[in-house]
Amino acid sequence: MHTHIVAAAEQGNLLIPSVPDLVWGTFAFVVILVLFIWKVLPRLNQLLDDRSKAIEGRIDEAKHAREEAERVLKQYQEQLAEARTEAGRIRDQAREDGKRIIAELREQAQTEADRVTAQARAQIEAERASAVQSLRAEVGSLAIDLASGVIGEHLADDKNATALVDRFLAELDLDQAPGATSPGASR
Amino acid sequence: MPAAAAASGFEPPTIQDFFPAAVLFQGTPFALNRIMLIRLLVVALLVLWLWLGTRRMQLVPGRGQVITEFLLGFVRNNIAIETLGEQDGRRFMPVIMTMFFLTFGMNITGAIPGLQIAGSAVIGLPLVLAIIAWALFIYAGFKKLGWTYLKNALFLPGVPWPLYFLLTPLEILSTFIVRPITLTMRLLMNMVSGHLLLALVYAASSFFLFTLLPSGNLFGLIGVGTVAFGVLYLGFEIFVAALQAYVFAFLTAIYIQLAVAEEH
Repeated sequence: MHTHIVAAAEQGNLLIPSVPDLVWGTFAFVVILVLFIWKVLPRLNQLLDDRSKAIEGRIDEAKHAREEAERVLKQYQEQLAEARTEAGRIRDQAREDGKRIIAELREQAQTEADRVTAQARAQIEAERASAVQSLRAEVGSLAIDLASGVIGEHLADDKNATALVDRFLAELDLDQAPGATSPGASR
Repeated sequence: MPAAAAASGFEPPTIQDFFPAAVLFQGTPFALNRIMLIRLLVVALLVLWLWLGTRRMQLVPGRGQVITEFLLGFVRNNIAIETLGEQDGRRFMPVIMTMFFLTFGMNITGAIPGLQIAGSAVIGLPLVLAIIAWALFIYAGFKKLGWTYLKNALFLPGVPWPLYFLLTPLEILSTFIVRPITLTMRLLMNMVSGHLLLALVYAASSFFLFTLLPSGNLFGLIGVGTVAFGVLYLGFEIFVAALQAYVFAFLTAIYIQLAVAEEH
């Protein structure tokens, strides 16, 4: 064991670097450093930049989409409000129109009814007047007939009375022949 | 090898493990021994990974890219940019990245069966990295502040001037001498001790299980315990490999940050 340690001490000391040790240590460092500067870090930074750009792009896209959606929503809401107003306006108009039409119809109907009533009343009045008139004529002649009838027996031998009766009868015949118009004329 | 050690079947690791014989270019400054070959292997694997891993990176990453991006992003964000800020972080990122991944790659070979020794377990690599870190933070300080940097670093503000006779030499010592030495030694000794302990545990396990036990000695069963300990310690070594890489890169960033800070 003792000789062994001595041999080791002769051959190497842990704290004193040999030249090849330094050479290969430096070589290893330089190779890896150059690789990092030349390729690895540019690639990594490129990737990170691209990724943040892509993320930014997606955020922008999302923002645009949201703005677009908000715009469309606002537009729809405006259209909806407009449509509501329009519908309300149309409804009001319709209600007014309806009222107006009903009023017009009512007025028309009233006028018509008034007209019909007035006409009917006029007709009734006319008929009544004509009835009264004809009745009056009839009653007049009947009264005369009756009166004649009552006093006729006293006057039977009277030539004037006979003539009167005859004439009356003739008139009566004549009255029967032309209709209802002659009694009016005889008054 | 001494005959006594071979006869006993127990070959404890020696300091000679760190100085294997050269296999190529013996006697030249480019002499390659086993550890130097491990370093070249690590460099080759790192180059392969970094090249292929970042070759066709997609905006939406696949599985492999997620791992690569996670590792690169960890050093980028959690070490470089978090310590130095966005601008200086980007400036010194290549060196800090290299520190981390090279150190980790070199450390982890200590835990890989067949390689079994860290590429950073001989002083050359830790020393080179420490000198680079040292030169870098001094460069960063002068570049940013000029001679004010030295004033900031050596003359603490708010101290009565006679105390500078005491404090300034201490500042020189701690900033410009102790820092590179601690950077080197922390990494080197972690890897050296890690290797010695793992090799000791393997040697002991081998001795207990294959020398003592076949000869009927029940003390050989201790080997079961040493194997279990070896497995645990292997896990710990992997952790240490990552931790030391993190510490090295992080301290480099911190030193640069301290140098470029306006106020001490």
